[in-house]
Amino acid sequence: MDDFFLEATAKTPRLYFSKETGEFEISGRSIPENSIEFYKPVINWLDSYITEPNKHTLLVIKLEYFNTSSSKCLVEILRRLESLRNQSIVKVKWCYEEEDEDMQESGEDFKEIIKVPIEMVLVREN
Amino acid sequence: MKKSMTTDNHPETLLSYVGNVSSTSIDYLLELAEDKLNQQITTKTTKKKVFRILVETMQNAQHHLYRPNSAKDDMSVNFQLVRDNLAYTVIAGNPVRNSKIEELKSVIDKLNSMSVGQLRDYYRSRLGQGYTSTVGGAGLGFADIIRKSGKKISYSFKPVNKDYSYFSLQVRVSE
Repeated sequence: MDDFFLEATAKTPRLYFSKETGEFEISGRSIPENSIEFYKPVINWLDSYITEPNKHTLLVIKLEYFNTSSSKCLVEILRRLESLRNQSIVKVKWCYEEEDEDMQESGEDFKEIIKVPIEMVLVREN
Repeated sequence: MKKSMTTDNHPETLLSYVGNVSSTSIDYLLELAEDKLNQQITTKTTKKKVFRILVETMQNAQHHLYRPNSAKDDMSVNFQLVRDNLAYTVIAGNPVRNSKIEELKSVIDKLNSMSVGQLRDYYRSRLGQGYTSTVGGAGLGFADIIRKSGKKISYSFKPVNKDYSYFSLQVRVSE
C-alpha cells in the first residue's frame, strides 16, 4: 500500500502516514469545520494498514490547536492503533510546548481514554 | 507594534463582527483575532486559550445556527473579543430555534454546575465515544470552553418571534 501524505494548511494539520516505516505524524493545526470529512481518508488508510501492520507503529501528535470535532477524530485514529496491540508494537508520542497547559491536559485526556501507551513529550522552545 | 496593557479597567474591543456566517468569514475573523492577540502583551498560554475558545464558539455558532426561512428574519451572528486589564471576554451570538432552548439551557446549566473533576470526567467520557456519538454535539464544545477558561458560561436567550430567539454566550479568560 502507498504512504498517506497531506500538506498542512492554516486550518488543517500535516498528515504523514508511512507504511514503509510504520511512522505516522499529525502536526500543526486542526480546526476544520468538518473534521470528519477531513480525517475520513486517513482513517480509511488506517483501516487498510491494520489488516497488515508493520512490526512497530509510532504515531507522533504535535498539534498547536485542535477543535473538539478534531479531538473525536483523533479518538477514532487512536482506537485503530489500539486494535493493533497484538500485531504491532504501538507507541504514541503526544508533544506539547512548555507553556501550553491545555495541550498537556488534552494529552492526559487521551491517555485516560486510549489503551495504547501515550508518552508525553515536552517540547522546549529554542 | 506591541500595545501596552491598559492601566485602568476600560475595556478595549479587539474584534467585533455582526453579519452572515460562512467558512470564509470565520477564517477571516480568526486570522484577525490571532493578529490582534499577537499584538497584546499577554502570556502565550492566555493567547492560546483565547484563540481556542474563539474557534470553538465561532464554529459552534456556525453549526448550531438556525437559518430562518423568511428573508425578512435576521440571521446575523455576532462575535466580539474584548479585553480589560483583568481578562479577555469572548462573546458570541446566533439565532436558535425556540424548540432548542430548553436543551441548550439544560446542557449549559449542567456543565456550569460541575466541579473541575466532574467536568474532566464528563469530557473524557464524551470524548471516548468518538464521532460515532451523534447525541448533543454542542456538549463537548461547551465543556471544552468551560475547562479552558476555568469560568462558567454566561448566556441569554432573547425572543425574536414564535420560531426563534437570539442566543448569546459570554465567557471570560483571566490573565
